[in-house]
Amino acid sequence: MKRYIRYFKTFQQYFFLLTVLVKTDIKKKYKGSFLGVLWSLINPLLDMIVMTIVFSTLFQRSIDNFPVYLLTGRLLFGFFSQCTKASMKSIISSAKLIKKIYIPKYIISLSNVIANFLFFLISLVALIIIMLATRAPVSIYILYVPYYLITLFFFSCGVSLFLSTLTVFFRDLEHIYTVFLTVLMYASAIFYPAEIIPDRFRFILTINPLYHFIAGFRAVVYHGFAPEAKNLLVCFAVAVVSMMIGIIVFEKKQDRFILYL
Amino acid sequence: MENPIITIDNVTMQFRLSHEKVNSIKEYFIRMLKKNLRYSDFYALKNISFQVQKGQRIGIIGPNGAGKSTLLRIISGIMKPTKGSIQVNGSVSPLLELGAGFDDEFSGAENIYLNGAILGKTKHFLDEHFEEIVAYSELAEFIDSPVKNYSSGMKAKLGFSIATQVESDILIIDEVLGVGDQNFKKKSSAKIKELMEKGITTILVSHNIEQIRKLTDKTIWLEEGCMKAFGESCEVCEQYEANE
Repeated sequence: MKRYIRYFKTFQQYFFLLTVLVKTDIKKKYKGSFLGVLWSLINPLLDMIVMTIVFSTLFQRSIDNFPVYLLTGRLLFGFFSQCTKASMKSIISSAKLIKKIYIPKYIISLSNVIANFLFFLISLVALIIIMLATRAPVSIYILYVPYYLITLFFFSCGVSLFLSTLTVFFRDLEHIYTVFLTVLMYASAIFYPAEIIPDRFRFILTINPLYHFIAGFRAVVYHGFAPEAKNLLVCFAVAVVSMMIGIIVFEKKQDRFILYL
Repeated sequence: MENPIITIDNVTMQFRLSHEKVNSIKEYFIRMLKKNLRYSDFYALKNISFQVQKGQRIGIIGPNGAGKSTLLRIISGIMKPTKGSIQVNGSVSPLLELGAGFDDEFSGAENIYLNGAILGKTKHFLDEHFEEIVAYSELAEFIDSPVKNYSSGMKAKLGFSIATQVESDILIIDEVLGVGDQNFKKKSSAKIKELMEKGITTILVSHNIEQIRKLTDKTIWLEEGCMKAFGESCEVCEQYEANE
């Protein structure tokens, strides 16, 4: 119990550092760019236009509002991939600091996740714009959106903690992970209907934790269905398990970071 | 008697020196296949124990590679010892590397907040002390320009101002008593003396025996990771000099 009180106290003490680091991340990202924060919007929109031109004729019959279908998957995947990829560098690029001064190291990884999550929230405006422009119907179940965003946040946070730890010891993990992300993208039914996957390969979607978030998010935003209870549970469980693994691995290895930086 | 502010109990720090650094999966496997994962152990510190009371001024002396910096890093919490335990009851402000937390892209003002936050201070505290820090650093004119345009002396001045104004319980100084120009040098040693007189606990590492003798009460003499002596500064310094 005492240990948790101490954790809480240091978190409180360093909470301001967390906010400063998040602000620094955001400022850095948009520094020197003329359109600044607008890029978080324009990027997914341009991406969507290209993908729509390429794929909409291909899947025309099975997907009726292709831009919305695409964005609901693309934005969630974009957040997960960018956040986890950036996390791999988070500890290494702060080596200078970690070697000189004591700070709780998870603050560095956490600030990266939060900054990326904020970019993600901004990019969701692109989805709103497209939904309005295409007059997409909206159902009451859209109120479930925060649930998916929060569970996805914790899922990504756990993965980020895990990856930032591992990359300290194995620097070339980054290259492998880039390939892995490409595979993950194709296995997440972002720009094709999930139904086109033959039954015997359907398990790929089931074992892909990210797909459950995309499927749930799509159900409430794109289809306007009520979310399945099973889906809600799976997302919750994935978030909790990911956080647990992330925290345990990070906690166990963090004292050794300094020897490898 | 009061609880000591720092308790170091039987601390050993062991490093594993691999003959070549292995930090990629590829190399790891290659070496494992070749059965070539050789390590040798190196002890930076061996069974160090001592206590520091609140308000004491401790000097650390010893030749290069004696483990002085490792000891400071362990006290600051940057490293955890391999064996033994350390307890620190208070906040530590390291003057090891001034401005270690600076981000070159940002202005001096932004860096005051960044660095203050790194030292564990709140926004409220920094708002209150912002003016003081700027005034002390003598950089008011340049405070809004990015730190990358600062000279190294200016950076050190700003770093010193932040580290000394945040009022930690323990001040760790690693031979930085010569910061900036002559003027600032005088000012900074005066500031350190003032802090010491205020009763802040200080740990000073220096090769300058005169400085140690003048500024500290007790001195630790390290040699190859072992504590050779710990006692009144004048005695330990004498022994140390006799040894050379």
